[in-house]
Amino acid sequence: MIQAILVFNNHGKPRLVRFYQRFPEEIQQQIVRETFHLVLKRDDNICNFLEGGSLIGGADYKLIYRHYATLYFVFCVDSSESELGILDLIQVFVETLDKCFENVCELDLIFHMDKVHYILQEVVMGGMVLETNMNEIVAQIEAQNRLEKSEGGLSAAPARAVSAVKNMNLPEIPRNINIGDLNIKVPNLSQFV
Amino acid sequence: MALKMVKGSIDRMFDKNLQDLVRGIRNHKEDEAKYISQCIDEIKQELKQDNIAVKANAVCKLTYLQMLGYDISWAAFNIIEVMSASKFTFKRVGYLAASQCFHEGTDVIMLTTNQIRKDLSSPSQYDTGVALTGLSCFVTPDLARDLANDIMTLMSHTKPYIRKKAVLIMYKVFLKYPESLRPAFPRLKEKLEDPDPGVQSAAVNVICELARRNPKNYLSLAPLFFKLMTSSTNNWVLIKVIKLFGALTPLEPRLGKKLIEPLTNLIHSTSAMSLLYECVNTVIAVLISLSSGMPNHSASIQLCVQKLRILIEDSDQNLKYLGLLAMSKILKTHPKSVQSHKDLILQCLDDKDESIRLRALDLLYGMVSKKNLMEIVKKLMTHVDKAEGTTYRDELLTKIIDICSQANYQHITNFEWYISILVELTRLEGTRHGHLIAAQMLDVAIRVKAIRKFAVSQMSALLDSAHLVASSTQRNGICEVLYAAAWICGEFSEHLQGPQQTLEAMLRPKVTTLPGHIQAVYVQNVVKLYAAVLQQKEQAADTEAAQEVTQLLVERLPQFVQSADLEVQERASCILQLVKHVQKLQAKGVPVAEEVSALFAGELNPVAPKAQKKVPVPEGLDLDAWINEPPSDSESEDEKPKAIFHEEEPRHARRRQPEEDEEELARRREARKQEQANNPFYIKSSPSPQKRYQDSPGVEHIPVVQIDLSVPLKVPGLPMSDQYVKLEEQRRHRQRLEKDKKRKKKEKGKRRHSSLPTESDEDIAPAQRVDIVTEEMPENALPSDEDDKDPNDPYRALDIDLDKPLADSEKLPVQKHRNAETVKSPEKEGVPGVEKKSKKPKKKEKKRKERESEKKDKKGEDLDFWLSTTPPPAAVPIPTPSTEELAVSTVAPAKGEGEELKREEPEDEEDSMDRDQEKKSSQHKKKKHRKEKEERPRDKKKVKKKQAAPLENGATEEEEPIPPMSSYCLLAENSYIKVTYDIQASLQKDSQVTVSVILENQSSSFLKNMELNVLDSLNTKMARPEGSSVHDGVPVPFQLPPGVSNEAQFVFTIQSIVMAQKLKGTLSFIAKDDEGATHEKLDFRLHFSCSSYLITTPCYSDAFAKLLESGDLSMNSIKVDGISMSFQNLLAKICFHHHFSVVERVDSCASMYSRSIQGHHVCLLVKKGENSVSVDGKCSDATLLSSLLEEMKTTLAQC
Repeated sequence: MIQAILVFNNHGKPRLVRFYQRFPEEIQQQIVRETFHLVLKRDDNICNFLEGGSLIGGADYKLIYRHYATLYFVFCVDSSESELGILDLIQVFVETLDKCFENVCELDLIFHMDKVHYILQEVVMGGMVLETNMNEIVAQIEAQNRLEKSEGGLSAAPARAVSAVKNMNLPEIPRNINIGDLNIKVPNLSQFV
Repeated sequence: MALKMVKGSIDRMFDKNLQDLVRGIRNHKEDEAKYISQCIDEIKQELKQDNIAVKANAVCKLTYLQMLGYDISWAAFNIIEVMSASKFTFKRVGYLAASQCFHEGTDVIMLTTNQIRKDLSSPSQYDTGVALTGLSCFVTPDLARDLANDIMTLMSHTKPYIRKKAVLIMYKVFLKYPESLRPAFPRLKEKLEDPDPGVQSAAVNVICELARRNPKNYLSLAPLFFKLMTSSTNNWVLIKVIKLFGALTPLEPRLGKKLIEPLTNLIHSTSAMSLLYECVNTVIAVLISLSSGMPNHSASIQLCVQKLRILIEDSDQNLKYLGLLAMSKILKTHPKSVQSHKDLILQCLDDKDESIRLRALDLLYGMVSKKNLMEIVKKLMTHVDKAEGTTYRDELLTKIIDICSQANYQHITNFEWYISILVELTRLEGTRHGHLIAAQMLDVAIRVKAIRKFAVSQMSALLDSAHLVASSTQRNGICEVLYAAAWICGEFSEHLQGPQQTLEAMLRPKVTTLPGHIQAVYVQNVVKLYAAVLQQKEQAADTEAAQEVTQLLVERLPQFVQSADLEVQERASCILQLVKHVQKLQAKGVPVAEEVSALFAGELNPVAPKAQKKVPVPEGLDLDAWINEPPSDSESEDEKPKAIFHEEEPRHARRRQPEEDEEELARRREARKQEQANNPFYIKSSPSPQKRYQDSPGVEHIPVVQIDLSVPLKVPGLPMSDQYVKLEEQRRHRQRLEKDKKRKKKEKGKRRHSSLPTESDEDIAPAQRVDIVTEEMPENALPSDEDDKDPNDPYRALDIDLDKPLADSEKLPVQKHRNAETVKSPEKEGVPGVEKKSKKPKKKEKKRKERESEKKDKKGEDLDFWLSTTPPPAAVPIPTPSTEELAVSTVAPAKGEGEELKREEPEDEEDSMDRDQEKKSSQHKKKKHRKEKEERPRDKKKVKKKQAAPLENGATEEEEPIPPMSSYCLLAENSYIKVTYDIQASLQKDSQVTVSVILENQSSSFLKNMELNVLDSLNTKMARPEGSSVHDGVPVPFQLPPGVSNEAQFVFTIQSIVMAQKLKGTLSFIAKDDEGATHEKLDFRLHFSCSSYLITTPCYSDAFAKLLESGDLSMNSIKVDGISMSFQNLLAKICFHHHFSVVERVDSCASMYSRSIQGHHVCLLVKKGENSVSVDGKCSDATLLSSLLEEMKTTLAQC
C-alpha cells in the first residue's frame, strides 16, 4: 500500500499532497515539512530510500523519492511494495505528467494542481497501484479531457482571457524539467511500460 | 430570470479561478495568510450562489487551499452538491475535493450514499470511474456496507477500466466491512484470470494485500498464483505474486520446495532488477522456511548471495542498499555464507550514504564471532568518533551494544575489554542512550561475577569524574550511566580499593544537580559504601576514622533531604536518622559495623524480564474471587488495604535472610548448573571468589585455562579498549601454544575431547573465566511466549476462512445481484436442500464458463494434492484404523511419474512441475481437502470435550479399542488385480464426491494403461477431462509393477443424494509379462451409499435439542435384533461407517448427529436393549433418512 504521495519543490513548498490515510491538515503539513527536511539533507547521488520511521505508520514504512530539477516526488509505502517498482512508478508518473503537460515544469504543477491529481488518480487509486502502462494512463486522461472539453470546461472563456493577460507579467521560472537529461538510473522501466 | 442569468455570468468574469488564486497567493508573499482569508471569504460567497459552475470553481480553489494546510471541512456540504452535478467536469472537481477532505468523522458523508450509487451505475464509464476513485479515499463502514453489492457488480463490468477500479476498491471495502469478504471472494478470485492485464494486476494486488495480513487463509490459492508466476509477463504482477509467495512459504514448507526452481530460473533469466531482487528475497524466505539444511539448497543460497554481491557492488546506491537489506535476511539462517563477504560489508560502513551505512551495521550484527568481535568493535568505535550527527552516532552506539551483548554475551572473550568499551562510550557528547549503557554496565557487573572487581574500579573512576559527565546540560542523556556506576560501587563495595574516596565523590554538592532517580540511587548506595567503610575501619580498630565517616554523612546528607524529589527526600531523611543513631552508638564506643552491613546482606540474583508475567497461577487460586467479601458497610474499610498489601513488594522482600533460603539457593544453583552444562554457548564458569561450585563432571572436559597473568586485571587509569585488542592477540597466541602442549598431554591421557589443531571459534577460551549468571524465572514458568497481538489491528477482522461455504446469513445486503455464485455447480439445480441458494436461470454459455472456473477452484482448494509427493501429515481423517492397514498393504516404490494422482484436468505445466519434485517412496493415502483437514482436529477436540464426561474409557470413535475397521470395501477382484474403494465427500462441494480407488497388483505381470470407465447415470456422473466424451474412460495415472498397490482418485458429480446409487463400470488394463501383453477387463459395480454423502460434523447438545424441536424434520426408525456387540463399539461403528458424531450418551442410549454435503441434518437416537438396537432417526429429508436407516440396518446386522 502507498500511504502518501507528496510533491514539493526545493524549498519545501507543497505542490501535491495526497494522503491515503486520514491525517488532520496540520499533521499533513507537518509531515510534508519533516519529509522535506529528511530528503533535503540527502545528496542526489545517494540511495533513494529512507526509513520513514516516526513520520507515518512506523517501521514498516519507507520513503521512496526521486528528485527532478526543482521538484521532489516522495512516495511513502509499506513493505508490500517493491522498492524498485515504486521508483519506476514515480518515473512513470513523471513521464505521464511530461506527456500530458507537454514538457512539464514546476509551473504546470503549481497552476494545475487539479489536473495533476486527475493524472495521479489514473496511476494510483486509494493507495494501490492502478495502472503502470503509460499509454493506457495517457489514453484515459485524454478521453476525460475530451469529455470535459465537450462540456465547456470548468471556467468560461472570459475568465480564461483575463488570466491569460495576467499571465504575462509572471516572474520567469525556467521550464527546465527535462527528464531525458537527468541521469537517474531506471533499471527496468521498459519492462513495465 | 434571464437578467439574473446574465448578471451571474458577468459576475463570473470577475470570479477568480484556480490559476488566479495561485497567482494571487504568489503575489502576496508578505501577507499570504491575510490574502487567503480574504479569498476564503470570496469562496464562501461563491458557494452561496446557485450556479453550479461557480460552486465547482470555488470547490476547486478550496482543494488547493487544503493542500496548503487549510481545513475545508466546513464546505463539506457544498462539496457534495458539486459531486452531484450532472456534468463530468464538475463532478470530478467535487469528488477530488471529497477525496482530499472527507473522512470517517465527516457527518454529511452519509448523504452521499445514494449519489455515489447513482454514479456507480451511470452509463458513462468516467462518471463511474471518478466515483470509484473518490470512494476509495473516503469509504466508511456504512458506505462500504451499503455499496458493497454495487461495487461487486461492477467487478464484472464490460469495461476493463471500471473492472480494475472496482476490483481495487474492494480491498478498501473489505477493510471497512469485513463481512463482505467471503461473499465477494469467489468473484475476486475469478478476476485473477481476467483477460485484461490491468484487471488481473488489480486482483493480484488486492489478494496480495489481503494475504499479507492473514496468509494462512490464502494458502489454497497457491496453485493459482503459481500458474500466474509461470505464465505472466507483467513484472508488476510477478513482483506482487512473488512477494506473496514470500509470505506464504513460512506456513507451508512444501510450497517452498516447489517454488525454488521457477524462482531460480527467473533469477537467471530476468533483466529487471526489481524482479530479480524480489525473487532473491522470496528464495531467501523459502530457504528460511525449509529448516532442514538440504544439500541441494546450498546452491540456491550461493546463487542469492552471489547475486546480492553484484547488487552491493553496483554503483547504483539503490541497488547497494537493497542488496544489503536482503543480505541481512540470509544472515539470520545462513550466517556462514554471508560472513565470507565481510570485506564488502565493512567497506559499506565507509559509504557516504547513511542509509547504506545503517544497513551495513545491521549486517555486522550477525557477522561477529569470538575471533573478530574486538576488531569489528574497534572499527565501529573509530566511526563513532568520526560520526557527525547524533542520529547515526546513536545508531552506532546501540549497534555496538547489540553486537556485544547478543546471545548472552556469546562472543565476548574479555569482559574487561567490554567494560572499558562501555566506559569509553560514556564520553560521547549528547547521546540519548545513556540508559542503554547503564543497563549494560549493570547487567555485566551483576551477571559476570569475575568482572565485578574490575567493574567497580572503573565505576568508581567514573563517579570520581562525574562532574565531567554531568556538567553540561547537553549531556544529560549520558548521566544515566552514573545510576549504574553508583549502584555497582555500592552493591559490590567489598571490591572497592578506596571506598572512602568513592563515598566522598558521591556526596559532593554537585550531585544534587543530577536527576532525581539517580540521586535516589546515590543516597541508597552511599549507605552501602558507608557500611563497607565502617567495617574496614572497625576491623582496623580505627574508631576515630569510623566516627569521621559518620560525621561526613551527617554533614552531607541534609543536602539530599532538601531535594525536591520525593524519593530522594524520603530515603535521605530515613538514612540520616539511621546514621545519627549510629553516631550515638559510636560515641558510646559500641561496634556498629556488623549491624549496619547486615542491612545489605545477601546476594542479588538477576530476574528475567518476563519472569513476572510467567508466574503461573497456583492451582486453586481464583484471582477473581473475593479475598474478603466486599464490605457491606464502611467499617471494614480501614482493614482492607492491610490485607491487600500484606505481601510486600519485591524491593522489600529481596534482602532475604541467608539462613532461610540456603536450601533454596542450593537447589537453584544445581538446576542452573545443569542447564549451563547443557548449553553449548554458555561460557563455562570457574569458582568465583564468592561462590564455589563443586566441579561437576559435566564441565570437567572443558579446557580450563589458568588465569593469564599477562592480562592485567586492572589497567591503571581509564583504560583504552585498544590495549585489550593487542593483549588479546598475545593471549590467544600463547593459548594456542599452551593448548598444543596440553593436547599432547591429553592424548596421552586418552581424553575424549581432544581439540583440533586449527583454531576454531569455540577454541578461544575467555580471558576471564566468567560466570554469566542466567536470569531467574519462577518455577513452573509458563512456556508460552505468545506475541501480544494488537487488538486494534484493523486487519484482524479480515482473518476470515475463505474456504468455508457461504451461509445464507453471509450474503451481501442486496441479494438479487449476486447471481454468479460460481462455486456451485449447475447440476445442483432443483435439488431440495436445507440451504437452498437463490438461483437464476443461467445461459448455457455462462454455465460452461462456470464449470471451467469451478474446476479451477477445485484445483485451487486442493492444495495438499497440488503440493503432492510427500504424504500428508499425520492429521488423517477420523477413521484412522484403516490407514494403518493401508500403510502396510500399499507400499509402492515411486516410479517416475507413476506417483502422480488422478486429477480431472491435467495441465502440462503442472505435470512437469510435479515431475520435477523429488519423489519419495511415499503414498497418497487419501485425497484430502485442506478444509477438512483443518476442521478435523478441531472436531476431534470438540467431540472429546463433549464426550469426556459421559463416555468413559475414551470411547470416542478415534480412540476405539475395537477391531480395526476399514472404510475401503472391495470393488472387484480377479487374478491380476484387486480393487478396493472408498467414497469421500467434502463440505465445499455440495454435489461432488471423490472416490479413492486402491489398485493392487496381485499378479506377476506388469500392469499398465489402466483405464477406469463408468456408465454415468442421470444423477451421478464421473468427471472426465475436458473434451472427452461420456463413453471415454479416465486413465489411471500410474502403472503397477507386480505386487504393488497404489491409489487413484476420481471425482463424481451427484445431483440428488437422497438415494443410494449403483454405477456399472469397467477397469481395463494391459497386463504385461515375459510371454507378452494381454488386454484385460474387470467389471465392477460402484456403490454410492447415502452414508458416504454425510460428513462428520460435531454438534452441541443444545443445538441438537433445538434442531429436534424445530419440527421440520421427518421421522423414521428401525430395530435390529440379535446384537452382541458392546454399545460402545456399536456407536464407534456407526460413527465410522456412517460418519456420525456422538452428541450425548447416557447409559445405553445415545444421540448422534451428522450432516450431508447438501446440508441435510440427520439426528439419531440409538438405544440398546437386551439383544437389540433401535435407531430413531430424524432428518430434513424423508427419503434420505430411510435410505440411511436401511444402510445402517445392514451395518448393524453384522454386529
